[in-house]
Amino acid sequence: MNKDTLKNITSKRLFLPIVCLIAVLLVNVIKTPDFFKISLENGVLSGYIIIVINRASELVILAVGMTLVTAASGGQDISVGAVMAVAAAVCCQILSGGATSVTSLAAPLILAIIAGILASALCGAFNGFLVAKLNIQPMVATLILFTAGRGIAQLITKGQITYIRVDSYKTFGGYIGKCPIPTPIFIAIIVIVITQIILKKTALGLYIESVGINGTASRLVGLNSTLIKFLTYVICGIMAGIAGVVASSRIYSADANNIGLNLEMDAILAVALGGNVLGGGKFNLMGSVIGAYTIQALTTTLYAMNVKADQLPVYKAIVVIIIVVLQSPVFKKFLANQKAKKLSNTASAEGGK
Amino acid sequence: MENNVVLDMKDVSKTFPGVKALQHVDFKLRKGEIHALMGENGAGKSTLIKVLTGVHDFESGTITMAGTNIVNKSPQDAQSHGISTVYQEVNLCPNLTVAENLFIGREPRKFGFIDWRTMNKKSAELLKNLDIDANATDKLEECSLAKQQMIAIARAVDMKCQVLILDEPTSSLDDEEVEKLFVLMRRLKSEGVGIIFVTHFLEQVYEVCDRITVLRNGTLVGEYEVADLPRVKLVSKMMGKDFDDLADIKGDHKKLEKFVPVIEAKGVGRKGSIKPFDFVANKGEVVGLTGLLGSGRSELVRAIYGADKPDSGKILVNGQEAKINAPIDAMKLGMAYLPEDRKKDGIIADLSVRENIILALQAKKGMFHLMSHKEMEEAADKYIEMLQIKTASRETPIKSLSGGNQQKVIIGRWLLTNPEYLILDEPTRGIDIGTKTEIQKLVLNLADQGMAVTFISSEVEEMLRTCSRMGVMRDGKKVGELTGDELTQEGIMKAIAGGDGNE
Repeated sequence: MNKDTLKNITSKRLFLPIVCLIAVLLVNVIKTPDFFKISLENGVLSGYIIIVINRASELVILAVGMTLVTAASGGQDISVGAVMAVAAAVCCQILSGGATSVTSLAAPLILAIIAGILASALCGAFNGFLVAKLNIQPMVATLILFTAGRGIAQLITKGQITYIRVDSYKTFGGYIGKCPIPTPIFIAIIVIVITQIILKKTALGLYIESVGINGTASRLVGLNSTLIKFLTYVICGIMAGIAGVVASSRIYSADANNIGLNLEMDAILAVALGGNVLGGGKFNLMGSVIGAYTIQALTTTLYAMNVKADQLPVYKAIVVIIIVVLQSPVFKKFLANQKAKKLSNTASAEGGK
Repeated sequence: MENNVVLDMKDVSKTFPGVKALQHVDFKLRKGEIHALMGENGAGKSTLIKVLTGVHDFESGTITMAGTNIVNKSPQDAQSHGISTVYQEVNLCPNLTVAENLFIGREPRKFGFIDWRTMNKKSAELLKNLDIDANATDKLEECSLAKQQMIAIARAVDMKCQVLILDEPTSSLDDEEVEKLFVLMRRLKSEGVGIIFVTHFLEQVYEVCDRITVLRNGTLVGEYEVADLPRVKLVSKMMGKDFDDLADIKGDHKKLEKFVPVIEAKGVGRKGSIKPFDFVANKGEVVGLTGLLGSGRSELVRAIYGADKPDSGKILVNGQEAKINAPIDAMKLGMAYLPEDRKKDGIIADLSVRENIILALQAKKGMFHLMSHKEMEEAADKYIEMLQIKTASRETPIKSLSGGNQQKVIIGRWLLTNPEYLILDEPTRGIDIGTKTEIQKLVLNLADQGMAVTFISSEVEEMLRTCSRMGVMRDGKKVGELTGDELTQEGIMKAIAGGDGNE
């Protein structure tokens, strides 16, 4: 009995995100019948669905970090897109050794990637310090790197686009050897799995929720609210770094102006779509992941329907409005009241018999 | 039908998911009476008020005012029907002046602009009329809480209300302030306003009320004239059982023979909140801290617990000097602290009962030693059963429990950490009388098992029943201690008021 109720709750929390995803996919199937068709071309998988899953990878990775930040601090990190560019710039600059375009690596790949991710973790730590220690509103605190981040990336690459025309670097955005599945998909899955393991095997998840719901009470039961908030921003930075490396590997370059552009808004939307309250508190990581795939599916769908890139935001906005209304407390209360009324009506009707 | 009835609620029912909050409740308010709405926590008092004021809608029943049926969809709606509410927490704007607060949303205007002169003049008249000692141009935050409460009432009165709802208005006021509030209530009564008075304090009911309506578990128990319902009967009606164990619970409590100090504070103080004090908590002893609100009772224990880090003195735990920088350090030394403000500092509202219970122990264990699901469930079940916490399941969010049950969850949270020293700051505030006695008994039991307990309460009676020694606080300073024969109501009052040689 108890297990059933538990199952009911989890299924309910993921209910809406899944419905949204299915709705988007349904539109696709109607519009493009071969949407789910997967074929092998040149030894790699291709088809709309693969494109969606592949292209969504960076967004998924960002959404994971954004979920934790949202839950713990009740605010969002809007600098993740710019931080992606910083990580990409650091990584490519080390690989190229300062040249504009190279065909051989100037430094070991692993070192460059770690350096890139470290740089993004540092950005996260900076955000975390502002939010957790100085108590600055997340939106304002992360606005600093949102504006400055791309400039920093430009400084690192000395204002040029650094190209790394080396196959081993292209792996992260492309394919590993003869594997037909794009690498970003694996990276996204690995990120999700590791995060889930950390949340399930340590008390971090509980701490984050607790701090996000009531910081002062959490401190009085012995939690270090400041440290926990700080940690989530560092994690969010690391995620942005990973996403930045993947994005840069796709185009084998560090394009400070375009890597991760506007992706922060999609990441926030993914968190909201996943049924998470943007005001913090309880969170649902898988919801955000589903939300991220939904957004990418939507984007790909609109492209497939020949919507121009600059009109895309309009359609996205419509979807956002619908979702936000569905999740608003007023609407939920309305539904609950309707339900209660129905129940009491049937109850009184039965009583009358 | 009586013709002086201003408000008549009939057969009102309201269901929340899984809970029948109100079942066929009737409530009648007459002109110029003060009507107490009584019941234990979770009896449905708040729900009834909220249904009446349009915060919640209801499924069946009727509300009649002056012969016409009304349905309030929002508090504004209720206001326009002449129903005003003053809540326990004053919901005015502290940064505005008294006059602005009185007239907010209905400012007198001249050529479309706010007519400040008229507004301030009218406010001054209103305040004078109601004998409220405040200036119209003072900032609201400069007024005491009691005055703020009265200003809220003045606002309601000026809006020509026929029904005034006072929801626990006295719980943060001291005796003198309560007395002033009562004077105001009696005045309004004589002017024909019907007042609904929700409170936990029995004495106050008998002091000002004319009638009592008792609710229990969402159903109506009955409506009584105050004169016909002695206190003991009222309590038994609220609890649904005969009430005999309030009298003496200290009876089989062991008398302490040897004193083994667990906590010794020497010269501990914090600038701006509490002057340096000495304090000892012994094994198996319940020590009380008494004093007026804001006299430094909470500040003293918070300094020991590390909630507000002291800047002088030292703390010895079991004879060893301890470094306490944050609550977690105190917890590791075996301390536990139930904070005064349950909502703000105690519960994690959206988390389940289970998570709320295990949280402190989990924090003590550290992030990398997550308790298994089974351990958590066993711990939660143990305390739900032991403290008889009324909850639908252990996975229910704590916010949907009644206040008393939330408090029990927090007590369970700390008992689970198996503390040597337990600090309870107002553990019984806003809790029904049955649960109060349960908590008092529990405290004595824990002391018998060897725990050192510090107990803070505004109710002197309650302290007398539980404590064997009492520290007296005045103006952020510990001014003395009372033991043995000095522990009488009178003795405590004297010590709090100061004046003779308690220092």
